[in-house]
Amino acid sequence: MTTLTKQQQDPAARTGLPKAGKTRRSLTNRLGDLKIALFFILPAMIGFVFFYLVPTIRGVYLSFTEYSILGEPTWIGVKNYTAMLGDELFWNAMGVTVQYVGLNIGFQTVIALGLALLMHRVAKSTFIRGALLLPFLVANVIVALLWFWMLDYQMGIVNEIISWMGLPRIAFFGSEEWAIPTIAAVNVWRHMGYTALLLFAGLQSIPSHVYEVASLDGASPTRTFWSITMPLLRPVMVLVLVVTVIGSFQVFDTVAVTTGGGPVNASRVIQMYIYQKAFGESDFGYASALSVILFLILALVAFVQMKFLKGNESDLD
Amino acid sequence: MSTPTLTRKKSLQTIPVRKPVNWRRVGAWALVAVAVAVTVAPFLWMLRTALSSNASLASNAGNLLPADFSLGAFKRVLGMQSPEEAIAEGGSGAAINFWLYLRNSIIFASVTTAGQVFFSAMAAYAFSRLRWPGRNAVFGLFLATMMVPPIFTALPNFLMIKNLGLLNTFAGMTLPFLFMTPFAIFFLRQFFLSMSREVEEAAMLDGAKHLRIFFQIVLPNAAAPLATLALLTFIGQWNEYFWPLLVGQDESVRVLTVGLGVFKSQSPQGAPDWTGLMAATLVAAIPVLLLFIAFGKKVVNSIGFSGIK
Repeated sequence: MTTLTKQQQDPAARTGLPKAGKTRRSLTNRLGDLKIALFFILPAMIGFVFFYLVPTIRGVYLSFTEYSILGEPTWIGVKNYTAMLGDELFWNAMGVTVQYVGLNIGFQTVIALGLALLMHRVAKSTFIRGALLLPFLVANVIVALLWFWMLDYQMGIVNEIISWMGLPRIAFFGSEEWAIPTIAAVNVWRHMGYTALLLFAGLQSIPSHVYEVASLDGASPTRTFWSITMPLLRPVMVLVLVVTVIGSFQVFDTVAVTTGGGPVNASRVIQMYIYQKAFGESDFGYASALSVILFLILALVAFVQMKFLKGNESDLD
Repeated sequence: MSTPTLTRKKSLQTIPVRKPVNWRRVGAWALVAVAVAVTVAPFLWMLRTALSSNASLASNAGNLLPADFSLGAFKRVLGMQSPEEAIAEGGSGAAINFWLYLRNSIIFASVTTAGQVFFSAMAAYAFSRLRWPGRNAVFGLFLATMMVPPIFTALPNFLMIKNLGLLNTFAGMTLPFLFMTPFAIFFLRQFFLSMSREVEEAAMLDGAKHLRIFFQIVLPNAAAPLATLALLTFIGQWNEYFWPLLVGQDESVRVLTVGLGVFKSQSPQGAPDWTGLMAATLVAAIPVLLLFIAFGKKVVNSIGFSGIK
């Protein structure tokens, strides 16, 4: 974290190379290393312009058009957006996504915080941290397939255990009420170690003398947690929440390889809906409008979290 | 429950003796053990399934050891079985072309990683070492794109790649990742700013050009963060699914993640080929697992910094 706060210093200003004439000096000073800088920045600039900037503008433009990959896009104003208001599948996708994000982030954050505290206080070994990180390094697709097998209705080990305990088997991916909780749980499993490591890094930045004072004052562990750990962890917690919530809203891989959005519409999350609109129905205009809305939601979520949880201020002053 | 207080008293009286049993710690370690077990057990189950035979799987669903031990699933995945044998063992007769997908994944992940890290390092040099008008504005613009969700640019990018006629080519698959990511530039710029400039300034006074300083001083000095970034990028690219799904559906460029999805949807004889599927996922995960075993510490220690953008 310390590297983040370092102010940049100007190398050229410090070297102060002598220049010839007065007028030439002011011009060279103003342009600085522009020529060589252009060379260094060129490849990144190409990538930025062609794969970030232009697509962003084009995406916004396409959202105001009707465009089925064949032919040219035709301008239709805000029709895509007004159509969205009456599109039940869109509202269903939003509902499903919000439900997923709530379950995923809720459980993931609580479990990760618990793991981070354990890593910080008890299990300080890199080996354990590495083991907990493992699922995050394996592809979404692999994790999804592994759990698709383990949660299989007939032969999955989880249902074997459930039926061994005398309970009825659960159609985890196959029933409307279970599909989203199951996908959320699979991704909690994949991300909990990673999120815990992020929070662990935050815990490490809390100075130990604060804890020493608390223990001298005879504060109980619970009291210490709520009065010291949580307030001081807040800036990191907010950043972690911003990053994980934004990621969670874009869930796709797990859904795509397990349920494909089903059963019926039960797990058709917003990115799945965008994908189906664009590549299933060739309705790029509408799909673009959907992704503009997703973009706005994510920006709003990040803004609200930073603003109301005061993510950029520390209590450590 | 009274034991902890008793032992504590005793240890106060006779100083060193042996540490009292701290039940809080025992409980905490038990939780750690549960967490590690929950994380690792599914991978063992993947291995157990991959070493089983499809025919015996159902009758041994609750057995912890491989059901009727067999290497058939691995042979099937790696193309060492004839179609007849494969069908007899519950696989689909269709060829999986695992080696081809593996090659494609290696090409896709290494090309994008090499390009992205190198070009991002060049840009980071311009943002941290050179002085030019508009530098901070451009950097801010780059950073702002970190907020744009990948799906948002994916649709227009797909259209562009399609219009260029690059669907189902490695060029089309790698181009959007090849030049930069805002995060890579940010990550390296922060590191370059924290590096001492003394050697560079001395070289500059000796008349060295920026190109030489970049290649002979900055890059070697930044070897550690470059390696970390490359490792994280490679793992991310190896696991990438969405973009290759859009532009790389064709067999000739299909990567492992997409291949696994296709494999899953082929349910040859009513029931999925579970053992084959698990063998395939295991083999697909192996490169990442190997990298992790070799450089795990680096990955683990880099998370705190890299994750919080």
